[in-house]
Amino acid sequence: MKYVIIGNSASGIAAVSSIREYDKTGKITIISSEPYLNYSRPLISYLLAKKIGRNQILYRDKDFYKKNKVDLVLKRKAVKLNLKRKRVLLDNKQEVPFDKLLIATGGKPINPEVKGIDAKGVFNFVDLSCAKRIEKFIKNNKVKNAVILGGGLIGLKAAEALIALNIKLTLVELADRVLSSTFDKKASLIIEEALKKHKCDLITKNTIVEVKTKNNIINAVELKDKSILHADLLISAIGVRPNIELVNNTSIKTNRGIIADKFMRTNIKDIYVAGDCCEASDLISKTKKAIAIWPLAVLQGKIAGYNMAGIRKEYPGGFAMNSVELCGIPTISAGETNPVGTQYEIISDYVPKESIYRKIVLKENRIVGVIFMGKIERAGIYIGLIKEAVNLASCFFSESGSSFSKKEYFLKDNFGLISLPQEYRKYLVSGEVAII
Amino acid sequence: MKKILIKEEYCMGCRLCEVYCLVQHSNTKNIIKAYKGEYPKPLSRIVVEEKGYESFALQCRHCEDAPCLDACITGAMHRDDETKAVLCDEDKCVGCWMCIMACPFGVISRNVYDKKVASKCDLCVGEETPSCVKHCPNEAIVYEEQK
Repeated sequence: MKYVIIGNSASGIAAVSSIREYDKTGKITIISSEPYLNYSRPLISYLLAKKIGRNQILYRDKDFYKKNKVDLVLKRKAVKLNLKRKRVLLDNKQEVPFDKLLIATGGKPINPEVKGIDAKGVFNFVDLSCAKRIEKFIKNNKVKNAVILGGGLIGLKAAEALIALNIKLTLVELADRVLSSTFDKKASLIIEEALKKHKCDLITKNTIVEVKTKNNIINAVELKDKSILHADLLISAIGVRPNIELVNNTSIKTNRGIIADKFMRTNIKDIYVAGDCCEASDLISKTKKAIAIWPLAVLQGKIAGYNMAGIRKEYPGGFAMNSVELCGIPTISAGETNPVGTQYEIISDYVPKESIYRKIVLKENRIVGVIFMGKIERAGIYIGLIKEAVNLASCFFSESGSSFSKKEYFLKDNFGLISLPQEYRKYLVSGEVAII
Repeated sequence: MKKILIKEEYCMGCRLCEVYCLVQHSNTKNIIKAYKGEYPKPLSRIVVEEKGYESFALQCRHCEDAPCLDACITGAMHRDDETKAVLCDEDKCVGCWMCIMACPFGVISRNVYDKKVASKCDLCVGEETPSCVKHCPNEAIVYEEQK
């Protein structure tokens, strides 16, 4: 059996591990356009901030490939698929034949189409080479003032790194607040206050219309409102989309991403897809969605790997969630964090002075979303309840039958498994331990 | 693998398991020094949950299909080849708390007293019986072979 995996990150590596659980001898080839052994992309901000060393960015040990008997093809881009002959064409014209193929090509940054965006000193912040180039540029050009375009997670993690490097920073965001897609206003405000404390300026409801240059090196940016910001460095972080170039003009079905069925198969036999380039089942919208997060990339890769090796396993579906420390504040958000409508019930606890915010979004007595900031202890329990759509109606009453407030129930310090319906507790531990 | 089994009906909520877990994960392994003299402060990796007369001790279940392993962005969270225990390599961990988000049991906590790292049950690596089990006076947690 010849397995070929395009992509050397979360999904690709997870697929190798699950293939090897069942197939010790099949030939596995990983093709990566990058020059590196597998590393953790979310760690590039830690690397740029010098919080970790060069070796710590490795995700799996160096001997991972040897141990799992993987042929690693680096610095080669897969440019075309020949579905009929089952071959991947590389940028050096080499053809790689496969019996089972996994497309795990990840995401691709979106850049604004403005004048000067190709100038030196303008970077994205999505992979190790970005981080290395930024590091080098900062050193060689003695960068003092930087602008980040985009107040999403990538922008904020980049901001955190530049703050750690003592670079004067302005963050420009088109929406009226940072992290507008995953946080609500109160949560955004806590992060905005923290940015201010770290002397990072924030400009909202604005964007860059031109990158000004001198000798093709950035020296300023012009905003929509005509104001000019001096900048020696610009990080463009307005978003990422599924990287599906490879399958364009093939019969592989795509929407925004490549469409996966519940076995992580594409519509073409023997071709699988996983990670940020795919659209798989979203448990919250009940549709297929591209959710570019690490845990789902790993899970999808794992499921794809099993199925490629002939072990039938279903992808249970996922939903948007993330855990990130921002400006030293631990934050976890999941599901529908900021819904509109009367069918939702919000339970929250907000202490902005201490950067503490906890919010539970309920719909018909089921948790559908959460935000935890500052206090994230046992957040996974709540997220497990979203995943399993557990009806908690029976929990809002004490044993004597009197009801207590939902706030008291969800946000008291001793909330735990003991607070949950016994059937759920049993379900959680089934296969693991007998009784809780 | 051998796992810690929870017997809710025998738990008295005495929390001795929490005490002995903390001591086991201290540098001195001495109860007085662990509580009074150590910095960073050692943490217990087991939690006793209580509601009315009900209680049970809970620690990492070392799940067969552990969501924390998928969620970990650094590779710090790993399964020990020999014991099959889920362990966190604290040198590798950067404290992103993805594992806390992913664990439906809520048994991974933040250790922020020194370098930020995820803190969880390690089945007392190297010990024949985990300390919590050894010191439970009523066999409310037992260490047994599971399939």
